[in-house]
Amino acid sequence: MTKPAEYYQRDRGRHPPAYTPNYKTSVARSPRYSLISLQQSVSEITGPVFGHDDVAALDHDLIKNYAKHGDPVGERIIVHGRVLDENARPVPNTLVEIWQANAGGRYRHKKDTYLAPIDPNFGGCGRTLTDDEGYYFFRTIKPGAYPWRNMVNNWRPAHIHFSVFGASFSQRLITQLYFEGDPLIPLCPIVQTIPDPDAIDQLTAKLDMNATIPLDTIAYRFDIVLRGRRSTLFENRLEGN
Amino acid sequence: MGQTLNYLKESSSQTAGPYVHIGLAPGAAGFDIYDQELGWDIAGPNAKGERIRIEGQVFDGTGSPIKDVLLEAWQANADGNYAHPEGGGEVEAGFRGWGRVITDFDTGEWAFDTVKPGAAMGRSGRVMAPHINLWIVARGINIGLNTRLYFDDEVEANAKDPVINLIEWENRRKTLIAKRTEREGQVIYRFDIRVQGENETVFFEI
Repeated sequence: MTKPAEYYQRDRGRHPPAYTPNYKTSVARSPRYSLISLQQSVSEITGPVFGHDDVAALDHDLIKNYAKHGDPVGERIIVHGRVLDENARPVPNTLVEIWQANAGGRYRHKKDTYLAPIDPNFGGCGRTLTDDEGYYFFRTIKPGAYPWRNMVNNWRPAHIHFSVFGASFSQRLITQLYFEGDPLIPLCPIVQTIPDPDAIDQLTAKLDMNATIPLDTIAYRFDIVLRGRRSTLFENRLEGN
Repeated sequence: MGQTLNYLKESSSQTAGPYVHIGLAPGAAGFDIYDQELGWDIAGPNAKGERIRIEGQVFDGTGSPIKDVLLEAWQANADGNYAHPEGGGEVEAGFRGWGRVITDFDTGEWAFDTVKPGAAMGRSGRVMAPHINLWIVARGINIGLNTRLYFDDEVEANAKDPVINLIEWENRRKTLIAKRTEREGQVIYRFDIRVQGENETVFFEI
């Protein structure tokens, strides 16, 4: 058995801390004690493996995967990019799942009561596996901004939630995609939980004219970076013997 | 100035939000879209070992259950092997060892069925007591919380476990130990998670 090397330590300076009082829900949902640091064992360097049997042909196409009587309303977009690790190596065959509001900013969820209407042709979720080069794409509708109760007048910028697995449980990540130029980004208490402006830019998808389909669908590019892994292993007692 | 290190930086986490179910468990959000949702069968039909149920609630700092939480479980099979190329050995056909757990939106109670994992080899040749790795996301949780569930009927193994023993505050170790009961012939372990407040669960930087 090959001896496993560890994944790089998370740079917590680029992640939101647990306690972010301007995002009020975090106040009672944030641990007060420090996280206890583990040297990674087999439990952390492994994670679930997915295959093509897990996803169906239309799962990545949110314009068609819930369409009942026609296409959903809204701006047709392609969201595409690569899942890479911090060594800039592609992360192949990894599951990417997304969810989002419809063009009016309404989620298809029994707990969402916003007055914007449900779109009968839009479910709002998709999933796909990256290819051998770590590449993925979705076709969807650009989500709308919507209000939420934090301060009484907070609006979420248009966003798509992303869930990514990588090759190990320690790479597991949920994040959100924002759209270039959205004036709500600097005003959003959830975006602003991220302490580093460069890290916010990294979550902001770029208009990608080269990937648009002329007269049909506009495109945004969104690369996702997961934790990298050491390639050199000098410890002689990391695992097993 | 020396050379430049051209590492990329990990994308930042953002909260899973209140509508995480749409993406990861759409049936719970109230609609049917996928042929199969992922993560509902952790062990599969062929797994050996003791069939168990884990149940619990996740509480916030006010002591209220977090009703919109989503958990993921990652565990070894009864031999202590993970279903992964570096997982230590073979697992049964259909054993993935990964599951998604959602709550009852009214009570915050959650439960999942699996098999009891075996002990896995840890670092430096130290055996880890049987455990299930848990990852917790929800609205108000900015980055997923990692913890481990251990079993209260593994007293000896727990006492030697290298991760439990990392926890300097011995009185906090009990927050990782699930309590075994039986109900109508079913083995049930209760595991309540306290994100904040009295008896705050130990969370790990992994």
